[in-house]
Amino acid sequence: MSSTRARESTGTESGSRGIDPRGPRFAAAVTSVVLAVAVLTGSVWVLAFQVLVFAVAAVAGLQYSPYGWAYRTLVRPRLGPPAELEDPAPPRFAQAVGLVVTGVGLVFALAGAGLAVEVAAGLAFVAAILNAAVGLCLGCELYLLIARLRAPRPA
Amino acid sequence: MLRGDVDSLLLRALALVGLILVSALVAVVLKRRAGRLRPVVDGDVLAAADLGRPLGAEVTFVQFSTRTCTSCRTVRRVLGEQVAGAPGAAHVEVDAEDRLDLARRLGILRTPTVVVLDGTGRVTGRFSGVPTPHQVRDAVPHAGIPGR
Repeated sequence: MSSTRARESTGTESGSRGIDPRGPRFAAAVTSVVLAVAVLTGSVWVLAFQVLVFAVAAVAGLQYSPYGWAYRTLVRPRLGPPAELEDPAPPRFAQAVGLVVTGVGLVFALAGAGLAVEVAAGLAFVAAILNAAVGLCLGCELYLLIARLRAPRPA
Repeated sequence: MLRGDVDSLLLRALALVGLILVSALVAVVLKRRAGRLRPVVDGDVLAAADLGRPLGAEVTFVQFSTRTCTSCRTVRRVLGEQVAGAPGAAHVEVDAEDRLDLARRLGILRTPTVVVLDGTGRVTGRFSGVPTPHQVRDAVPHAGIPGR
């Protein structure tokens, strides 16, 4: 849980469980393009496609996402090995947050609500482009806030 | 008909530009805030019993992390390295989800957030995001962290 020694946490412990951190960044970049197209076209199909991608990555794992696959087969072979590996839990949680936001939008859109596609895609677009451009994961940072709101305050 | 489509596309493109500007603003604000110490006046006092670990004689960095947090690892490494050479300094990492009581008591909203305690356990400041080694040393100039 708490490590007070620097040696332990220099990134050498990642071993087999770590993933290349550039994979989720690449996936976030593709995600922002897809969501931008959804905002531009208002197409329910484009949004539905992204909902499906989020669902696969969040439920089955990042390695099963088509964007993850594209990174491994098209991008990764052209790059050097990663400087350090990363825990897959945070980016996977971020996919779940994306799934909730776009999924709710999709449900509203299918129910006939106007601008549901644009609003949901727009919100998810901001989160995705922040992740792609500066490596910031909004959903991960606000996880604590969600946990605080969910757990009842002791009397 | 065609005219309306063009207008609507223009409007959508403008909306997209607006979203990009909002994202840039969020990125700049968070980047500027990252690692910057915000002093706390008349702060709460924590005891070793609250943390389940001994406090540092001069300073204790209490790091709130969650398992979904991407930059918590980096903060752990930076603080661990800074504390390693300073006998009076301690670094305690707390899983905020396990210790919602502490997170609520100190008003922690996002992770990583680091609360800085003085030798008596009083909260003197806090920062969010990843600090540079320099920012850590400047946060507690009296703590004798080497490398200044």
